[in-house]
Amino acid sequence: MTEKNVTVTLSAHNLSRDFGGHAAVQGINLELKRGEILGLLGPNGAGKTTTMRMLTGNLAPSAGSLAVCGVDLLSKPRDAKAYIGYLPEMPPLYREMTVNEYLQFVARLHRIGRHKMHAALDLVKQRCGLTAMGSRLIGMLSKGYQQRVGIAQAIIHDPDVIILDEPTVGLDPNQVREIRTLIRELGAARSVILSTHILPEVESVCDRVHIMYHGRIIFGDTMAGMKQREVSLEALFSKLTSNKEQTEDL
Amino acid sequence: MIATIVRKELKVLFTSPLAWTLLALMQLVLTWIFLGRLDAFLEMQSQLIQIANPPGITEIIVAPVFSMAAIVLLMVTPLLTMRLLAEERRNNTLVLLLSAPISVADIILGKFLSLIVFFFIMIALLAALSISLLMGGTLDFGLLLANVLGLLLIAACFVSLGLYVSSLTVYPAIAAAGALGLLLGLWVIDIVASDVDSIARNISLLKHYEHFNRGMIDTFSLAYFILFIVTFLVLTIHRMNGERLHG
Repeated sequence: MTEKNVTVTLSAHNLSRDFGGHAAVQGINLELKRGEILGLLGPNGAGKTTTMRMLTGNLAPSAGSLAVCGVDLLSKPRDAKAYIGYLPEMPPLYREMTVNEYLQFVARLHRIGRHKMHAALDLVKQRCGLTAMGSRLIGMLSKGYQQRVGIAQAIIHDPDVIILDEPTVGLDPNQVREIRTLIRELGAARSVILSTHILPEVESVCDRVHIMYHGRIIFGDTMAGMKQREVSLEALFSKLTSNKEQTEDL
Repeated sequence: MIATIVRKELKVLFTSPLAWTLLALMQLVLTWIFLGRLDAFLEMQSQLIQIANPPGITEIIVAPVFSMAAIVLLMVTPLLTMRLLAEERRNNTLVLLLSAPISVADIILGKFLSLIVFFFIMIALLAALSISLLMGGTLDFGLLLANVLGLLLIAACFVSLGLYVSSLTVYPAIAAAGALGLLLGLWVIDIVASDVDSIARNISLLKHYEHFNRGMIDTFSLAYFILFIVTFLVLTIHRMNGERLHG
């Protein structure tokens, strides 16, 4: 359990990815510490999802290096992936399974032993407010509950790094608040990367923010630092991402 | 980890009505053929007695049923393999498997084995049907075993090809049509080849299956089947890894 004590959970250096000549992500550097929630902002098509897919091992970077809890993701993907929980934009749900069946399958994928299975399932269902939904078919659940199952799937194995791609899209205001509380709870002892379009969400949840534009990180600061300098995130975001469009033509 | 995937695939397979419908339909069709052959045997029986070394019930009833079963499997397999990867991709669930600490090879092998288990059930039913003949005669168990082995191997070939086609596309329907087209092609190639020693004849899966059907476990056929299965499994794994690198 020495890895558990490492303070830097995720480090990416010079991460790049091109799709047939088009550079989707260029030279991204990221470092994440335990207990930190990082907000990843950016207009549509800025490369947020591509970055997240690389961080979770779904997409191989064209260049750069990537380590999770000190394990190199590119050379030891299986060991590194055990530390990551990922909720993609579209939650990866099997509609024909019940919530319990699905979570059991995910737990087995993450090598959670039979004797720990029950406790892990109970804990994650309680955390995500799914306790009463165990025997319901996922396909029959509402969007909000499906999103919760998606989050449950990402945290069931108690990962050190949790990567959430727009987790609150399509939820009602109460659910949004609950999910934000959950994210803050999770971020207390782990690292969370949160991609979103909702600026107040970043302000209320995140400790640090990165703004991506045209495949690059063009801004990075802590929320505390921004508050000190009295910079408004919204003004900054529109200044950075709309000015550039005219000057830097890709 | 492979067992986890197999379990999940079988669970998903048997919660859908497709698997049950296919099992029932296959059983219906094959039993119908079986009864037809049984009927023909009973009619021929008086003439068979006059021959010095007459063919037994295994040759007359069981072998033709297994021969037909291979063609039925050829039609059915694409319907089952289409969902293996194409549907996972379309429903965005492939991400779950790819993000989990499990290798692509384990995922592919798990999916392959799940359908082998399914076909094993189907072939076991067919074998049980044949064994029911023991009530009124004796069986050539060697021939029956060769048929069971041959059918299982050719089903595995169909599955590995179907799995590969499924890895190429996002649309299950295209995966099914593609696999069916290729399998039919491999069948027809055998009709085209009239020459005994032509290469086309050696490529045909059903031609190799005929050897098993006649009770001959030919090393060349065995090797061909195994090579066929391994080749397409490796191609599928390669393709899924390539998607991560290039896609």
